[in-house]
Amino acid sequence: MSETVEKTKAPSEPLFSKKNRKLVTDPLSDNNPITIQVLGICSALAITVQVEQAFWMSVSVLFVLVMGNLSISLLRNLIPSRIRIIVQLVVVASLVIIVDELLQAFVPDISEKLSVFVGLIITNCIIMGRFEAFAMGNKPWPSIMDALGNSFGYAWILLLVALVRELFGSGKILGFEIFGNNLPGEESGLYAMGYVNNNMMILPPMALIVVGIIIWVQRSRNKALIEDH
Amino acid sequence: MDTTLDIFVKAIFSENMIFAYFLGMCSYLAVSKTVKTAVGLGAAVIFVLGITIPMNYLLQNYVLKEGALGWLNPEYGLDGAHTIDLSFLSFIMFIAVIASMVQLVEMLVEKFAPALYGALGIFLPLIAVNCSILGGALFMADRQYSTIADATAFGIGSGIGWFLAIVAIAAIREKIRYSQVPAPLRGLGITFILTGLMGIAFMSFMGIEYKNGDKKAETEQVEAPKTSQNIELNK
Repeated sequence: MSETVEKTKAPSEPLFSKKNRKLVTDPLSDNNPITIQVLGICSALAITVQVEQAFWMSVSVLFVLVMGNLSISLLRNLIPSRIRIIVQLVVVASLVIIVDELLQAFVPDISEKLSVFVGLIITNCIIMGRFEAFAMGNKPWPSIMDALGNSFGYAWILLLVALVRELFGSGKILGFEIFGNNLPGEESGLYAMGYVNNNMMILPPMALIVVGIIIWVQRSRNKALIEDH
Repeated sequence: MDTTLDIFVKAIFSENMIFAYFLGMCSYLAVSKTVKTAVGLGAAVIFVLGITIPMNYLLQNYVLKEGALGWLNPEYGLDGAHTIDLSFLSFIMFIAVIASMVQLVEMLVEKFAPALYGALGIFLPLIAVNCSILGGALFMADRQYSTIADATAFGIGSGIGWFLAIVAIAAIREKIRYSQVPAPLRGLGITFILTGLMGIAFMSFMGIEYKNGDKKAETEQVEAPKTSQNIELNK
């Protein structure tokens, strides 16, 4: 651990140096937590039926990851390495309790829709992964940047999947009817011309297939990411 | 009401942890390259779910739930204990129980069943942060099972469902090495799509009605007409 601490010693580094900016931008594409590192899929896919749920999930993960990375980074020299997993779990669990109480208080209907998946942020692999891989060995400020980058990387995939599923599954985005009115008897827009929603998109397995396609597009654009089986 | 058997069967098939709720996807994708390791991890998940779900059930019903502390009232004279609602603590308590149980199980297995430890050993620490374990506990709390037997059946059933899923995908991934997958889809991409397709296949289990659970309801109803189907089921 001491090696990694020394590596980041740069006393008079500007706040938004190139290295720090890279921490934010890297996870957005070439090191995306979902499509490249394959972390955090557990709680991500089930809540992508609607953009609104995906948005609140992303905000929750952003909060937990930033605060958690900050706390772990501040505590990094005090945590005995043998019990670090338990300490990390306690930090995440406390933060998730705060998020859950806040969601219940201010957006109760969203909190009901997310149900157990708010609690599952605790075992979201992105969070434990960032604590282990980054916050345990780095100073608070880079840790915050890293957390921001990773939660944005998580958020945009989540929102993209939700956008595709809501648009084609129910013809709406954030509740606005994009393709026209779908009520039987008073169809308008595309529906009047015989367009039908693809109900398959609402089913859970389609989330996996949409992510699979995103991975496909991403890897065909950047050949370096291709696996050899 | 569902009987214990219904809960068990449902947890394996129509409410499969992977295909219906995507829980435990991280280790599902990471450890499914060969069937042998998949069997090891799957068995460890059954084992840990079978132990932690009943533990968390007791915790939920005798400590955390609103009014769960009511048993303190008569014996210890703590008036008003039945009004305490500690359910906001459930996340931290569940994860603490899971982490410590996994540790304990690991030590016990190492001491008393070294052969089993050889097979499961490396997977057990991984499991503390497997979403399906905490997810199982939260679903258990959410669905309010009425007895500990139901909760245990749910735990073991979910474990078996998870086991089935990971062994199936591992077997497919072993074979897919010999087929020509488009280069950008190789590895992760095709695994996602395969899981999606398997999920669609598993959705066909949703149409099944669990007749066992309806037996009580049927007898309560006024003489359900005995069609040939009913007679067949009663055999």
